[in-house]
Amino acid sequence: MNWTWFHKLASPPHAYRIAAGLLPWFAWPAGALILFGLYGGLVLAPADYQQGDAFRIVYVHAPSAWLSMMVYATMAVAAGIGLVWRIKLAHAVAAASAPVGASFTFLALATGAIWGKPMWGTWWVWDARLTSELILLFLYAGIMALRASIDDRDRADRAAAVLALVGVVNLPIIHYSVYWWNTLHQPATLTKIGKPSMAADMLWPLLAMLLGFTLFYGAILLVRLRAEILRRERDAAWLTTGLAR
Amino acid sequence: MNEILDMGRYGAYVWPCFALAAVVLAWNVVAARRLHSAARQHALRRAAAKAAS
Repeated sequence: MNWTWFHKLASPPHAYRIAAGLLPWFAWPAGALILFGLYGGLVLAPADYQQGDAFRIVYVHAPSAWLSMMVYATMAVAAGIGLVWRIKLAHAVAAASAPVGASFTFLALATGAIWGKPMWGTWWVWDARLTSELILLFLYAGIMALRASIDDRDRADRAAAVLALVGVVNLPIIHYSVYWWNTLHQPATLTKIGKPSMAADMLWPLLAMLLGFTLFYGAILLVRLRAEILRRERDAAWLTTGLAR
Repeated sequence: MNEILDMGRYGAYVWPCFALAAVVLAWNVVAARRLHSAARQHALRRAAAKAAS
Protein backbone atom coordinates (compact mmCIF):
# COMPACT_ATOMS: atom_id res chain seq x y z
CA MET A 1 0.00 0.00 0.00
CA ASN A 2 1.28 3.47 -0.87
CA TRP A 3 1.40 5.66 2.27
CA THR A 4 2.86 8.75 0.58
CA TRP A 5 -0.42 10.65 0.95
CA PHE A 6 -0.43 9.92 4.70
CA HIS A 7 3.10 11.14 5.25
CA LYS A 8 2.38 14.21 3.12
CA LEU A 9 -0.72 14.94 5.18
CA ALA A 10 1.32 14.61 8.37
CA SER A 11 3.79 17.25 7.21
CA PRO A 12 3.03 20.54 9.07
CA PRO A 13 3.30 22.94 6.08
CA HIS A 14 1.04 20.72 4.00
CA ALA A 15 -1.46 20.27 6.84
CA TYR A 16 -1.45 24.03 7.51
CA ARG A 17 -2.41 24.75 3.90
CA ILE A 18 -4.92 21.87 3.62
CA ALA A 19 -6.65 23.04 6.83
CA ALA A 20 -7.16 26.51 5.36
CA GLY A 21 -8.62 25.02 2.17
CA LEU A 22 -10.96 22.68 4.04
CA LEU A 23 -12.28 25.27 6.49
CA PRO A 24 -15.13 26.71 4.34
CA TRP A 25 -16.32 23.17 3.50
CA PHE A 26 -16.94 22.59 7.21
CA ALA A 27 -17.90 26.05 8.45
CA TRP A 28 -20.63 26.99 5.96
CA PRO A 29 -22.52 23.66 5.99
CA ALA A 30 -22.22 23.65 9.80
CA GLY A 31 -23.82 27.10 10.02
CA ALA A 32 -26.58 26.20 7.55
CA LEU A 33 -27.40 22.89 9.26
CA ILE A 34 -27.47 24.44 12.73
CA LEU A 35 -29.81 27.22 11.53
CA PHE A 36 -32.04 24.65 9.80
CA GLY A 37 -32.01 22.46 12.90
CA LEU A 38 -32.88 25.41 15.15
CA TYR A 39 -35.81 26.42 12.96
CA GLY A 40 -37.01 22.83 12.67
CA GLY A 41 -36.57 22.13 16.38
CA LEU A 42 -38.03 25.35 17.75
CA VAL A 43 -40.75 26.10 15.18
CA LEU A 44 -41.61 23.13 12.95
CA ALA A 45 -41.44 20.19 15.37
CA PRO A 46 -44.63 19.59 17.38
CA ALA A 47 -44.58 19.54 21.19
CA ASP A 48 -43.94 16.15 22.78
CA TYR A 49 -47.03 14.41 24.14
CA GLN A 50 -45.37 13.78 27.52
CA GLN A 51 -42.74 16.50 27.96
CA GLY A 52 -44.49 19.29 26.06
CA ASP A 53 -42.14 21.98 24.72
CA ALA A 54 -39.44 21.10 27.26
CA PHE A 55 -38.41 18.26 24.93
CA ARG A 56 -36.94 20.90 22.55
CA ILE A 57 -33.89 21.05 24.83
CA VAL A 58 -32.88 17.80 23.12
CA TYR A 59 -31.86 19.84 20.05
CA VAL A 60 -28.89 21.30 21.91
CA HIS A 61 -28.43 18.66 24.63
CA ALA A 62 -28.08 15.57 22.39
CA PRO A 63 -25.66 17.15 19.86
CA SER A 64 -23.44 18.49 22.66
CA ALA A 65 -23.47 15.12 24.45
CA TRP A 66 -22.61 13.40 21.13
CA LEU A 67 -19.73 15.82 20.54
CA SER A 68 -18.43 15.39 24.09
CA MET A 69 -17.78 11.71 23.34
CA MET A 70 -16.94 11.96 19.64
CA VAL A 71 -14.31 14.65 20.27
CA TYR A 72 -12.81 12.54 23.07
CA ALA A 73 -12.64 9.50 20.77
CA THR A 74 -10.99 11.62 18.04
CA MET A 75 -8.54 13.04 20.58
CA ALA A 76 -7.68 9.57 21.89
CA VAL A 77 -7.15 8.13 18.38
CA ALA A 78 -4.92 11.10 17.49
CA ALA A 79 -3.03 10.69 20.79
CA GLY A 80 -2.56 6.97 20.07
CA ILE A 81 -1.25 7.68 16.56
CA GLY A 82 1.10 10.29 18.02
CA LEU A 83 2.40 7.86 20.62
CA VAL A 84 2.84 4.85 18.33
CA TRP A 85 4.08 6.47 15.11
CA ARG A 86 5.52 9.61 16.74
CA ILE A 87 3.61 11.88 14.38
CA LYS A 88 3.72 15.38 15.85
CA LEU A 89 0.70 16.52 13.88
CA ALA A 90 -1.39 13.84 15.62
CA HIS A 91 -0.44 15.32 19.00
CA ALA A 92 -1.38 18.75 17.63
CA VAL A 93 -4.83 17.38 16.69
CA ALA A 94 -5.22 15.97 20.22
CA ALA A 95 -4.13 19.27 21.80
CA ALA A 96 -6.49 21.26 19.57
CA SER A 97 -9.45 18.99 20.35
CA ALA A 98 -9.35 19.04 24.15
CA PRO A 99 -10.78 22.55 24.83
CA VAL A 100 -13.53 22.03 22.23
CA GLY A 101 -14.53 18.70 23.77
CA ALA A 102 -14.47 20.19 27.27
CA SER A 103 -16.76 23.05 26.22
CA PHE A 104 -19.34 20.67 24.73
CA THR A 105 -19.16 18.35 27.74
CA PHE A 106 -19.91 21.37 29.93
CA LEU A 107 -22.82 22.27 27.61
CA ALA A 108 -24.20 18.72 27.75
CA LEU A 109 -24.04 18.71 31.57
CA ALA A 110 -25.55 22.20 31.92
CA THR A 111 -28.42 21.64 29.46
CA GLY A 112 -29.05 18.23 31.02
CA ALA A 113 -29.30 19.80 34.47
CA ILE A 114 -31.69 22.50 33.20
CA TRP A 115 -33.80 19.83 31.44
CA GLY A 116 -33.72 17.63 34.54
CA LYS A 117 -35.33 20.22 36.79
CA PRO A 118 -38.81 20.28 35.16
CA MET A 119 -38.73 16.58 34.13
CA TRP A 120 -37.12 14.84 37.12
CA GLY A 121 -37.72 17.53 39.75
CA THR A 122 -33.99 17.98 40.38
CA TRP A 123 -31.02 19.65 38.72
CA TRP A 124 -28.67 16.77 39.45
CA VAL A 125 -28.65 13.14 40.56
CA TRP A 126 -25.60 10.95 40.97
CA ASP A 127 -26.85 8.46 38.40
CA ALA A 128 -24.45 6.53 36.20
CA ARG A 129 -24.93 8.55 32.99
CA LEU A 130 -24.58 11.94 34.65
CA THR A 131 -21.66 10.90 36.83
CA SER A 132 -19.70 9.30 33.97
CA GLU A 133 -20.29 12.43 31.83
CA LEU A 134 -18.97 14.56 34.71
CA ILE A 135 -15.90 12.31 34.86
CA LEU A 136 -15.44 13.00 31.14
CA LEU A 137 -15.31 16.74 31.89
CA PHE A 138 -12.69 16.07 34.60
CA LEU A 139 -10.70 13.97 32.10
CA TYR A 140 -10.66 16.82 29.59
CA ALA A 141 -9.63 19.25 32.35
CA GLY A 142 -6.93 16.84 33.57
CA ILE A 143 -5.51 16.35 30.07
CA MET A 144 -5.37 20.11 29.44
CA ALA A 145 -3.84 20.78 32.88
CA LEU A 146 -1.26 18.01 32.43
CA ARG A 147 -0.24 19.35 29.02
CA ALA A 148 0.04 22.89 30.41
CA SER A 149 2.08 21.80 33.42
CA ILE A 150 4.97 20.27 31.44
CA ASP A 151 7.32 22.69 29.69
CA ASP A 152 8.93 20.18 27.35
CA ARG A 153 6.44 19.80 24.48
CA ASP A 154 7.34 16.20 23.57
CA ARG A 155 6.99 15.05 27.17
CA ALA A 156 3.75 16.99 27.54
CA ASP A 157 2.40 15.36 24.37
CA ARG A 158 3.28 11.86 25.56
CA ALA A 159 1.89 12.35 29.07
CA ALA A 160 -1.36 13.86 27.77
CA ALA A 161 -1.66 11.06 25.20
CA VAL A 162 -1.31 8.35 27.86
CA LEU A 163 -3.96 10.00 30.04
CA ALA A 164 -6.28 10.43 27.02
CA LEU A 165 -5.90 6.72 26.16
CA VAL A 166 -6.55 5.62 29.76
CA GLY A 167 -9.69 7.78 29.79
CA VAL A 168 -11.12 5.98 26.75
CA VAL A 169 -12.48 3.37 29.16
CA ASN A 170 -15.03 5.99 30.25
CA LEU A 171 -16.64 6.21 26.78
CA PRO A 172 -18.38 2.80 26.76
CA ILE A 173 -19.33 3.42 30.40
CA ILE A 174 -21.10 6.65 29.40
CA HIS A 175 -22.80 5.01 26.42
CA TYR A 176 -23.94 1.81 28.10
CA SER A 177 -24.58 3.28 31.58
CA VAL A 178 -28.30 3.60 30.82
CA TYR A 179 -28.44 -0.16 30.07
CA TRP A 180 -26.04 -1.47 32.71
CA TRP A 181 -27.53 0.43 35.64
CA ASN A 182 -30.96 1.62 36.63
CA THR A 183 -30.68 5.31 35.74
CA LEU A 184 -33.01 8.30 35.64
CA HIS A 185 -31.56 9.19 32.26
CA GLN A 186 -33.50 7.80 29.30
CA PRO A 187 -31.89 5.27 26.92
CA ALA A 188 -30.58 6.40 23.51
CA THR A 189 -33.14 7.63 21.01
CA LEU A 190 -31.06 7.47 17.87
CA THR A 191 -28.95 4.33 18.06
CA LYS A 192 -31.73 2.40 16.34
CA ILE A 193 -31.70 4.50 13.17
CA GLY A 194 -33.87 1.91 11.43
CA LYS A 195 -36.61 2.37 14.01
CA PRO A 196 -35.91 5.55 15.99
CA SER A 197 -38.25 6.28 18.88
CA MET A 198 -38.98 9.75 17.52
CA ALA A 199 -41.51 11.07 14.98
CA ALA A 200 -40.00 12.09 11.64
CA ASP A 201 -40.79 15.80 12.03
CA MET A 202 -38.95 15.79 15.36
CA LEU A 203 -36.13 13.59 14.08
CA TRP A 204 -34.94 15.58 11.05
CA PRO A 205 -34.09 18.76 12.97
CA LEU A 206 -32.17 16.61 15.47
CA LEU A 207 -30.19 14.90 12.71
CA ALA A 208 -29.45 18.33 11.20
CA MET A 209 -28.21 19.59 14.57
CA LEU A 210 -26.08 16.46 15.13
CA LEU A 211 -24.43 16.82 11.71
CA GLY A 212 -24.17 20.59 12.11
CA PHE A 213 -22.42 20.30 15.48
CA THR A 214 -20.08 17.63 14.09
CA LEU A 215 -19.08 19.84 11.15
CA PHE A 216 -18.75 22.77 13.56
CA TYR A 217 -16.20 20.75 15.54
CA GLY A 218 -14.39 20.01 12.28
CA ALA A 219 -14.21 23.73 11.46
CA ILE A 220 -13.01 24.73 14.93
CA LEU A 221 -10.47 21.89 14.93
CA LEU A 222 -9.03 23.13 11.62
CA VAL A 223 -8.57 26.69 12.97
CA ARG A 224 -7.11 25.47 16.27
CA LEU A 225 -4.89 22.99 14.44
CA ARG A 226 -3.44 25.81 12.30
CA ALA A 227 -2.67 27.77 15.49
CA GLU A 228 -1.13 24.69 17.08
CA ILE A 229 1.06 24.08 13.99
CA LEU A 230 2.28 27.70 14.11
CA ARG A 231 3.18 27.37 17.79
CA ARG A 232 5.00 24.08 17.27
CA GLU A 233 6.82 25.08 14.09
CA ARG A 234 7.86 28.54 15.24
CA ASP A 235 11.45 28.15 14.06
CA ALA A 236 10.74 26.28 10.82
CA ALA A 237 11.93 27.84 7.57
CA TRP A 238 8.66 27.20 5.74
CA LEU A 239 6.83 29.62 8.05
CA THR A 240 8.52 32.67 6.54
CA THR A 241 7.16 31.91 3.09
CA GLY A 242 4.05 30.00 4.21
CA LEU A 243 2.63 32.86 6.25
CA ALA A 244 2.86 35.29 3.40
CA ARG A 245 0.07 33.37 1.66
CA MET B 1 -44.62 35.37 19.48
CA ASN B 2 -45.60 35.06 23.14
CA GLU B 3 -46.42 31.41 22.47
CA ILE B 4 -42.89 30.76 21.25
CA LEU B 5 -41.34 32.64 24.19
CA ASP B 6 -43.61 30.84 26.67
CA MET B 7 -42.77 27.36 25.26
CA GLY B 8 -45.81 25.85 26.95
CA ARG B 9 -44.71 27.19 30.37
CA TYR B 10 -41.23 25.70 29.88
CA GLY B 11 -39.68 28.89 28.44
CA ALA B 12 -37.63 29.46 31.59
CA TYR B 13 -35.87 26.12 30.95
CA VAL B 14 -35.81 25.92 27.13
CA TRP B 15 -34.43 29.38 26.30
CA PRO B 16 -31.51 29.34 28.78
CA CYS B 17 -30.38 26.05 27.18
CA PHE B 18 -30.40 27.57 23.70
CA ALA B 19 -28.72 30.75 25.01
CA LEU B 20 -26.01 28.67 26.69
CA ALA B 21 -25.49 26.70 23.46
CA ALA B 22 -25.12 29.99 21.56
CA VAL B 23 -22.54 31.19 24.10
CA VAL B 24 -20.53 27.94 23.83
CA LEU B 25 -20.62 27.98 20.00
CA ALA B 26 -19.62 31.67 19.93
CA TRP B 27 -16.83 31.10 22.47
CA ASN B 28 -15.44 28.30 20.33
CA VAL B 29 -15.39 30.51 17.23
CA VAL B 30 -13.88 33.56 18.99
CA ALA B 31 -11.31 31.57 21.01
CA ALA B 32 -10.12 29.57 17.97
CA ARG B 33 -9.82 32.67 15.79
CA ARG B 34 -7.98 34.61 18.49
CA LEU B 35 -5.62 31.69 19.10
CA HIS B 36 -4.75 31.44 15.41
CA SER B 37 -4.42 35.19 15.01
CA ALA B 38 -2.08 35.43 18.04
CA ALA B 39 0.03 32.48 16.85
CA ARG B 40 0.28 33.97 13.36
CA GLN B 41 1.33 37.41 14.67
CA HIS B 42 3.92 35.77 16.92
CA ALA B 43 5.31 33.68 14.06
CA LEU B 44 5.45 36.72 11.75
CA ARG B 45 7.31 38.76 14.38
CA ARG B 46 9.85 35.96 14.88
CA ALA B 47 10.32 35.61 11.13
CA ALA B 48 10.86 39.38 10.77
CA ALA B 49 13.33 39.43 13.67
CA LYS B 50 15.21 36.49 12.15
CA ALA B 51 15.38 38.20 8.76
CA ALA B 52 16.67 41.41 10.35
CA SER B 53 19.45 39.71 12.33
